Amino acid sequence: MAVAISLGPRTGSPFGRGAPLAGGRPAGLERNRVEARTGSGMGRDGELAALMAAAQRGDASAYRDLLKACLPLVTGIARAQGVRGEAVDDVVQDTLMTLHAARASYDPARPFLPWLSAITRRRAIDRLRRAGRRPQEVHDPLAFEAEVDPGPAPGAGLESQERGAALARAVAALPDGQRQAVEHLGLRELSLEETAALTGRSKGALKVNLHRALKALRASLVPEKD
Amino acid sequence: MAARHDRLVEDLAGRLEPVRPLARPGLRAALWLGAVAALGGLLASRFAMIGLAHHPDLPDLRLAAAGAVLTAITAAYAAFATSVPGRSPAWALLPLPSAALWIGASGPGCLRAWLSPMQELPGGHEPVGCFGFLVCVSIPLSLLIVAMLRRACPLRPNLTAALAGLAVAAAAAALLAPFHPDEATFTDILTHMGVVAGVIGLNILAGGRLLTR
Repeated sequence: MAVAISLGPRTGSPFGRGAPLAGGRPAGLERNRVEARTGSGMGRDGELAALMAAAQRGDASAYRDLLKACLPLVTGIARAQGVRGEAVDDVVQDTLMTLHAARASYDPARPFLPWLSAITRRRAIDRLRRAGRRPQEVHDPLAFEAEVDPGPAPGAGLESQERGAALARAVAALPDGQRQAVEHLGLRELSLEETAALTGRSKGALKVNLHRALKALRASLVPEKD
Repeated sequence: MAARHDRLVEDLAGRLEPVRPLARPGLRAALWLGAVAALGGLLASRFAMIGLAHHPDLPDLRLAAAGAVLTAITAAYAAFATSVPGRSPAWALLPLPSAALWIGASGPGCLRAWLSPMQELPGGHEPVGCFGFLVCVSIPLSLLIVAMLRRACPLRPNLTAALAGLAVAAAAAALLAPFHPDEATFTDILTHMGVVAGVIGLNILAGGRLLTR
């Protein structure tokens, strides 16, 4: 999962899955959370700093929200440091535990993200060093030869691009009704009700159109594939 | 894997206890320097100050003492600053100019003693006395600064421990200056620098491990 990281102030909505707000929390903190969700007011750093300050006062709910919000950030920073595969999850775990142990060292008057980023980078480097000290499997020629590369094969990107272009051409060649049915129901994955409201066609007609469209696509794409 | 993270988040949130944020590095360094000053006061009440005041004609001794004081202050601040995540490791460069002044100004006394044929060589007991003084002062100061640094989260434990060692060694040298009977001789310099290197090395060895999180 690729995660975009921005250490500067941000106005986007950072939290999609925060826990419900607990009663009795300081009004300023709740306002900050709402503002962060709606993309106004303080940036992401201010929001995280407020959560961390609440966590230092012992607010477990704010702490839970903070740690959950940190997960994608820590993952992204670890990947940027060059950590790969399952080791990323280990770095996330190490970082959260260090964050917990070192939470008194965070100064609420200073930005939160540089503090988190420094801890994550250090834990990622520790992980890479430990991995470097361990004997690598590449020293075992048989195992190395037998290793299957789980990544995409060379030219996979080009191939999928060509497949996409062929599909787009075939869909564009369909009659209007069938094309709309494929685009909305098949590609955009809308429901029958939503597509009916969008196109003004009945659900029955849409089903028939989708069925015919898929049949036509199958017929037009298979020879091209050969 | 998300389940593993969720479990840890719940576990950490479940055992959350309120903590008081640590004071700024400057304030924490000032507290430690206050302890150094208190130790200096204690020593002044017990021993005769026969050092700097008896050599008004040797400005390099004062300069070396001033360099040691400045090094203790800047190295202590740098140690506390580097113990906080997110602070620049470049703070480690802060004590270098004053350390250069301290070590550089200690040199002329040594050369003068060596080049002057009339100079009376110090007896063997004096360096031993200095050695004992420096070690006895360094141990409690090292323990105190490492205990204070452990409360933060030094991400570069060896660097922080080296800075702490430099601060301790400089503070010990600064405390020695008022009580040192002679001007610095070559043997003195060797003894002092040996102790300084030993204090820094021991701090890295022991402190680096103690500070690792």
